[in-house]
This record gives sequence, C-alpha cells and structure tokens, in this order.
Amino acid sequence: METLIRKGAEADIYKVRWNGLLAIKKIRLPKGYRQPSLDAELRKRRTIHEATLISAAKLAGVNSPLLYYLDKSNYSIYMEHFDGPRIKDVLDDPDLGTTKIFEAVGRSIGSLHREDIIHGDLTTSNFILISDGCLGIIDFGLSFRSNRLEDKAVDLHLVKQTLESAHSAVADEMFTDLIDGYRSISGDESTNRIKSVMRQVQRRGRYARSV
Amino acid sequence: MNKPKHKKLTCLGIESTAHTFGSSLVSLDEENQGTIISDSRSVYQPPPGSGIHPREAYQHHSDVCSGVLIESLRKAKMDMDSVDVIAYAGGPGLGPCLRVGAVVARSLAAYYHKPIIAANHAIGHIELACMLTRATNPIVLLVSGGHTAILAFSNGRWRFFGETLDITIGQLLDQFGRAAGYASPSGAIIERCASKSEEYLLLPYTLKGNDPSFSGMLTSAKRLLSSGKNMDDICFSIQETAFSNLCEVTERALAFTEHDEVLLTGGVAANTRLQEMLTEMCRSRGSTFRVIPRQFSGDCGAQIAWVGLLSYLHGMRLDISKSIVRQSWRLDQVDILWRH
Ligand SMILES: Nc1ncnc2c1ncn2[C@@H]1O[C@H](COP(=O)(O)OP(=O)(O)O)[C@@H](O)[C@H]1O
Ligand SMILES: [Mg+2]
Repeated sequence: METLIRKGAEADIYKVRWNGLLAIKKIRLPKGYRQPSLDAELRKRRTIHEATLISAAKLAGVNSPLLYYLDKSNYSIYMEHFDGPRIKDVLDDPDLGTTKIFEAVGRSIGSLHREDIIHGDLTTSNFILISDGCLGIIDFGLSFRSNRLEDKAVDLHLVKQTLESAHSAVADEMFTDLIDGYRSISGDESTNRIKSVMRQVQRRGRYARSV
Repeated sequence: MNKPKHKKLTCLGIESTAHTFGSSLVSLDEENQGTIISDSRSVYQPPPGSGIHPREAYQHHSDVCSGVLIESLRKAKMDMDSVDVIAYAGGPGLGPCLRVGAVVARSLAAYYHKPIIAANHAIGHIELACMLTRATNPIVLLVSGGHTAILAFSNGRWRFFGETLDITIGQLLDQFGRAAGYASPSGAIIERCASKSEEYLLLPYTLKGNDPSFSGMLTSAKRLLSSGKNMDDICFSIQETAFSNLCEVTERALAFTEHDEVLLTGGVAANTRLQEMLTEMCRSRGSTFRVIPRQFSGDCGAQIAWVGLLSYLHGMRLDISKSIVRQSWRLDQVDILWRH
C-alpha cells in the first residue's frame, strides 16, 4: 500500500506501511533536466544528509521524525509520519495563536543552532503542527553541520524571506515572535550577533554593487 | 488585470540602467492590449577582457541618446505630439547611466508638457514578459547581469521567493568570460562553446534554501581554466551546473506556492539550454513554461514604456521635480497597482 501524498520540489512523498507502522516514504527521483552525474551526486548527498541530520536533530532536543529505514539503492528514506497541517496552511486561520507557533519555531531553530546544526531549508512547509499541539520539523536534505555565524544567519534569513514572500501581511510580527523564541534558547548576545550578520547577508546579493 | 475605461495611450520609454541606451514607443489600447510600436537601442561595448566602466557607459549613452530617440520615433512614424506619457528607468542601475535617461525624459517632459513616470527596470523585465507571453500569475525567474531572482506576486507586490546570495548569473558568465579574454557580455559566446561539448566536469553546486550562490562555482571554473582544461568543456559544465541550480529553485517555488506557470525573463533568458532545462522541469510537473521572446529579453526601452503605461493608467503621477534615480531601487518596494 503506497499513496502519493505530495510532490515536493525534490522528492515524492508517499504514505506507506513499514513494519506494520504508518510511515512516510520520501524518494528522490532523477531530474530529467540534470546531468546524470550531478543528479546522482545531489540525490545521494541529500538522502544521506537527511538521514544523518534527522537523527542528530533529536540529540539537539528538536522534534524531528524518527528515521525507520534508509534505502540507498533508490535514494529513499522511511520515517515517522507527523499527523497534522503544515504551518504554511494554518497561518490564515484567525483563531490560531501564531505567536505561540512562531515562538516554538524560533526555539526549534535555536536548539538546532546551539548544536551547530544548520537546517538549510526553513520554510513554513517544513514545520508540522502535530495534533497534540507540539511542533514537528522535517526536510533535512539541505542540512549540514557548522558553527559559523554566517551559516546560522543565512538560515534565519531564509525564514524571513519565506515569510516576506508568502505571508507578507504578517511577516514582521511572525519574525519578531520567532526571534523571541530563538533568543530564549541562544541568549541575547549570540542572537544579536547573528542578527547583525544577517543584515550583511541581505545586503550582499542585492543590486547595489556595480555590474 | 482590472480595466479602467480609457482611450488608447502611447508611452515613450527610455532605458539606461547599464550597457544599453534604449528608446521605445508602446501603446495600450482600449482593451488593455499592449503593442510595441518601435524599439531602438545602442549597446555600450567595453573592450575585451574588461567589464562595464560606469563613466564610459555614461559617455556612450550621452553620445547616442538623441540618435536612438529620433530613430524610435521615426520607426513608429510618430512625433512627440502623439506621445501621452514619458517613462524613464528610475533604477536599479548604475548612477551615471541612469542619469542620462532621466535627463532625456525630464527635458522632453518639460518641453512638450507631458506627464513623466519613473519605471522600475526589474518590474519592466517581468511585466513586459507577462504582456508578450500572456502569462497571468507565474513564478518568475529573472536572470540578467543585475538580477538573479525567483519571484511570485502576492499581496500587491512582486516578492522575492529566492535570490542569489552573492553574484548574479550574468556576472558569473561575464566574469568567467573576461577571465578567458572574451568581450562582455559573454553569455552568447559561452553558450556557443558549451554547445560543442558533452564532457561534464563537476563544479560546486550551492543552494541555501531558496537562494542560489555562484561565487564558489566561478572560482572553480577559473581554476579549471588556468589548469588548461578544455574551454568548451568548462563552458558546458558552468551552464549545466548553474542552470540546474536555477531549475531547482524555480521548482521549489512551484512546489511551495502551488502555482503552475513559469515565466523566464531577463537577458540570460535568451539561452537555449536554460530554456530547454526549464521546459523539461515544467513538463515533469505538469506546469506551463513561458519565455520572453529573445528580441526583448535584454534591456530595452519597451520594458520601461510598458510599466510607464500600466502605472499611468492606474493613476500614478510623478512631479517632475521629484523625477530622481535610485541606484538600488528594489523591485519589492514597488506597489503593483494593476494586479490583484
Ligand atoms: N514525516 C512527515 N510527516 C508528515 N508529512 C510529511 C513528512 N515528510 C514530508 N511530509 C509532507 O511532504 C511535504 C514535502 O516533504 P519534504 O520532506 O519537505 O520534501 P521536499 O524536500 O521535496 O520539500 C511536506 O511539506 C509535508 O507536507
Ligand atoms: Mg520541504
């Protein structure tokens, strides 16, 4: 029994049974537009990163899915199914306290960063509001280990960018709540340092430089 | 697009953000259909091996501006009396270059008593592409010398879904081309070299969330060049790696926003291989792929004229004393009054 539940950007997501458990199978299929050697390299690298860091995140005290099984022959991962909506899908619900959600998001990111884990793909589709009110974090394909301030700043810049592009009306408020949560884990000093590096990162890619 | 009632309007658009000085006449009929009546331009060419020098580009633009303007009017068989509004590129771009276009527009507006509009150059690339391809609500991949961005319209503005963390795709191609001794812009030469090779050399592929990064790839490609690797193979590998990266961020935007239309625009949109790869990516997702016609992918007056028309039609007016230029005018600061 396999049901395709989502076509992500780089993987197909199936609901499956694994050893009698309801599970998620995430499989990275080849991309027809890509050179075969680059394609194989990316799919392999990301599958392995995901399998490794999804578990490392647990050591950081973050709620990531349990890893059940890794099939290197076809670049697929079997993991715990988080039952609930993505936060992306609930932000428009006025009855929902987004402050609590974004503080929790910020705490999760702070906890990962404290252990020098960079998530690498912090969009609102990678956080799942699990039914009992707690927050799950998924999609570790672009994750890596680093203690560099710059990498942590880019991680936060990515969330900010997603909020501004997809949820612009409430982005500022959400990001403030997120930073509050982050600060409660990382402390004032480190949070302020990261925020100032973040501003440098944001200036860099922009047009102001000469062509 | 909503439809205020109006007569047919004609706009003179002046482009001068970087290499190109352009002048174009574009009209908007009663049904809100746009037509490019004429589009003239002259492109400043830096000597082989060097990049754009703002002062020399300024000199070039100053020298050619009246000739280009007159040609665009002559080709359209129009005179200034039949122009309803004048638009200039208000930014982003190089200060000295921008000022030439602004001065031309301001002088014409004052002398002929015409309303003046400052158009955002990047919005021009997007909106002209929408007009010419009839795209309605696309994920836009804007690739040029000044921009590498993935954009989606939401809540009144075009917004950055992703953007390069360092250099643009145009800068990657031009800076590599310069290292190899080619004249800038070198996108076309690199494409020609690449088409002669099928030997893929692995280059750094860097993607952080939705933001690509190309500076590591540039360093590696230059290193391959000085180590004596075949030029065609390096060009092929740069294109394959960089364009895969662009396809991936575009696909990420499609998956996230649940849109089903992609629009490619900006100077690098002319690259056939990039078009081919995006076509394949869209096919595999069941999305529609559109690309701006090659003739209008590069900087041109038409992109400025078209934004000028849309802005004017939706009530934008600019006092001539405030007709300034802004070198780093971000496209997400512009209210898009004509979209909902
Ligand atoms: N463990 C999981 N539990 C529940 N839903 C999941 C799980 N993993 C993925 N999904 C769903 O599939 C979507 C895409 O998965 P994701 O791992 O983010 O892949 P991609 O890298 O393609 O974005 C998620 O946004 C989510 O809706
Ligand atoms: Mg995801």
